[in-house]
Amino acid sequence: MSLGPTIYFNVRLLDPATGLDSIGALLTQDGIVVDYGPGLDKNSLPSKARMIDCTGLCLSPGFIDIRVHLREPGEEYKETIETAGQAAATGGVTAMVCLPNTQPPVDDVSVVEFIARRAREAKLVKVYTYGTVTRATEGEQLTEMGLLSEAGAVAFTDGTKAISNAMVMSRALSYASGFGLIIVQHPEEPFLAKDGVMNESEISTRLGLPGIPTAAEAIMLERDIRLVEMTGGRYHAAHISTADGVAIVRAAKNRGLSITCDTAPHYFALNENAIGDYRSFAKLSPPLRSEDDRLAVVSALADGTIDIIASDHSPQDQESKRLPFIQAECGAIGLETLLPLTLELVHNGELSLLAALEKITSKPATLFNLPGGKLQRGAPADIVLFDPNKPWVLREENFSSKSKNSPYDGRPVQGIVHETIVDGRSVFKFAP
Amino acid sequence: MESKRKAVKSPQNPPARAFPHKHLLGIEGLSPQEIQILLDLADSYVEQNRAENKKTDLLRGRTLINLFFENSTRTRTSFELAGKRLGGDTINMAVSTSSIKKGETLIDTAMTLNAMHPDILCVRHPHSGAVQLLAEKVNCSVVNGGDGTHEHPTQALLDAQTIRRRYGKIEGLSVAISGDVLHSRVARSNMCLLTTMGAKVRLVAPPTLLPTDVERYGVDIFHNLEDGISGCDIVMMLRLQTERMQGMYVPSIREYFRFYGLTKEKLNAANPDALVMHPGPMNRGVEIDSELADDIDRSLIREQVEMGVAVRMAVFEVLTRNKLNKAQ
Repeated sequence: MSLGPTIYFNVRLLDPATGLDSIGALLTQDGIVVDYGPGLDKNSLPSKARMIDCTGLCLSPGFIDIRVHLREPGEEYKETIETAGQAAATGGVTAMVCLPNTQPPVDDVSVVEFIARRAREAKLVKVYTYGTVTRATEGEQLTEMGLLSEAGAVAFTDGTKAISNAMVMSRALSYASGFGLIIVQHPEEPFLAKDGVMNESEISTRLGLPGIPTAAEAIMLERDIRLVEMTGGRYHAAHISTADGVAIVRAAKNRGLSITCDTAPHYFALNENAIGDYRSFAKLSPPLRSEDDRLAVVSALADGTIDIIASDHSPQDQESKRLPFIQAECGAIGLETLLPLTLELVHNGELSLLAALEKITSKPATLFNLPGGKLQRGAPADIVLFDPNKPWVLREENFSSKSKNSPYDGRPVQGIVHETIVDGRSVFKFAP
Repeated sequence: MESKRKAVKSPQNPPARAFPHKHLLGIEGLSPQEIQILLDLADSYVEQNRAENKKTDLLRGRTLINLFFENSTRTRTSFELAGKRLGGDTINMAVSTSSIKKGETLIDTAMTLNAMHPDILCVRHPHSGAVQLLAEKVNCSVVNGGDGTHEHPTQALLDAQTIRRRYGKIEGLSVAISGDVLHSRVARSNMCLLTTMGAKVRLVAPPTLLPTDVERYGVDIFHNLEDGISGCDIVMMLRLQTERMQGMYVPSIREYFRFYGLTKEKLNAANPDALVMHPGPMNRGVEIDSELADDIDRSLIREQVEMGVAVRMAVFEVLTRNKLNKAQ
């Protein structure tokens, strides 16, 4: 189906890749960005174009979320590729990279192809996948990273499981480097974290819950950094949550090592107090940390130590969450709250708008070698229109995700997605 | 045929000074001239081995012992044949199944053998450095038939001999060595020999199968087979041992073959007349495609086996002559 010309005008164009922040217009046709810019002359544009007045709105590259649990195949009762796609579209996410902890896990080419097929059928946002580093995420044997990568896997991780065996991690970094691939680690020393369900602190003592010390993150990061030095591999630490973790990554980056990291909104928008009286929706992995840790994460976002913000969208059904805190599953949904929570950093004066957007557009695209993430003539029109200032309240009943496990229910936020456009097609439109 | 061989290289040559070593423990430490002597001599033995009467009496009255701590039918047979064709008394000792199991140490074995007064010991051992240790404890000459992941000098010499006979030279050729370099003594000996003789050597392997700092051998490293063999004259494939395939070094056979297995199509990246070598035994469908391995126009694999006997005869000759010259 041919998509006629569409002009988004009177719009604040934001492109972190080039630093563009200016009122202008953008023209799409047949799913492609034909032209954009502050000086775009309306008179030179196609006269039959659909004209969309975007006064008061921002237009940026669609968001790229590098950490999403699709739950399909295997746990479709929690989320499917289609429902996750709807949630992503609602949140302005035009491309997502899904974690390989499915059932079966993404350790075989056939699963990569299955996900690609289901994404094509859903025809919502773009779906990429990680492959697992080890077979069945058992931490012992490497997967066929070359073949998985040829099939479409963009990077490798055991997802929610840390690669704990140092020899396996070393071989993984080394083997993947032959293909230029990134190994993404869940940086948590598994024996220290084994029985823990929340941050180890005065609060865990008070609640009588077993804690996970911040050292669990620091120890794994320190070890992995040594292995990166040894192998020359490419390493990305997922969802950094502690002040120590931030300091370790910062020091490694200063030494010129090939290390990057991300964090999730939970770790800068919440702290361990969100657990309150055993709220299992605030049970996350890694756990919510102290206020000092949260502030360190915010600073690391501001100084560039943390490269990316990923939603860490982890849908869980009622049966998995409505349990005693110790027994409840970890995770929170995040695709639909990614923008407003990221914008909190802007409204609090901690990051500029462009700097915040960079962490969910051009940075993930560049680091994971994904298309998109910037405004580009001739590139697919994956864009998002949003109002950065609109106040609203996050409500469980408004989420598109199949699961509703959000620790942000009832939270007032500022900034809302108006329209999400993938390949020139509108996949979400805000209906007030 | 004996006279023809002598015409190429007189029995008085080479003098002891030209090849001053008592043992052949590795390629490392050999000069280009010493390698040249061995290859020239081996050339003459190729002719002899193709003739009807293959025997000479150069080693008449001498005792050669093949002392193999590791199974290897083809190398052991090659050494045995080389010794017999030079008229020596050759015996084989498979040690792995006897003395070692009774608790005898390598030094004990050396002492026992020494008491039997052999002239040449050809030793294969699963541990790097074991052959050198043995050589320090015996009076006779020792030839390293492969020690651990260290060296396999006669294999490198026979490879060089094969290359030289096809191209008339080694200097200036571009040789890619591809596969499990980390565990390959053949690769180490070949890297030494080929770079010493002026060839340009590239290594092609996944990073998990390359030794640390291997580029210090003066070789170029590639992780993509087609890039690595691009413009090469020789593509030398190494055997991937099956126990390496599952998990820790390489994910699977199919992945290895897809990215590092040599096929006719991938060989197109090399020079149009590039030739393929393999020390054997081959894993067909793992490091090399069967069709290519059997292609007599591209594969030198059978020729390598032939050169093995000639090279080992040359090695026996220089080591024996050294002893003779010293005695004189």
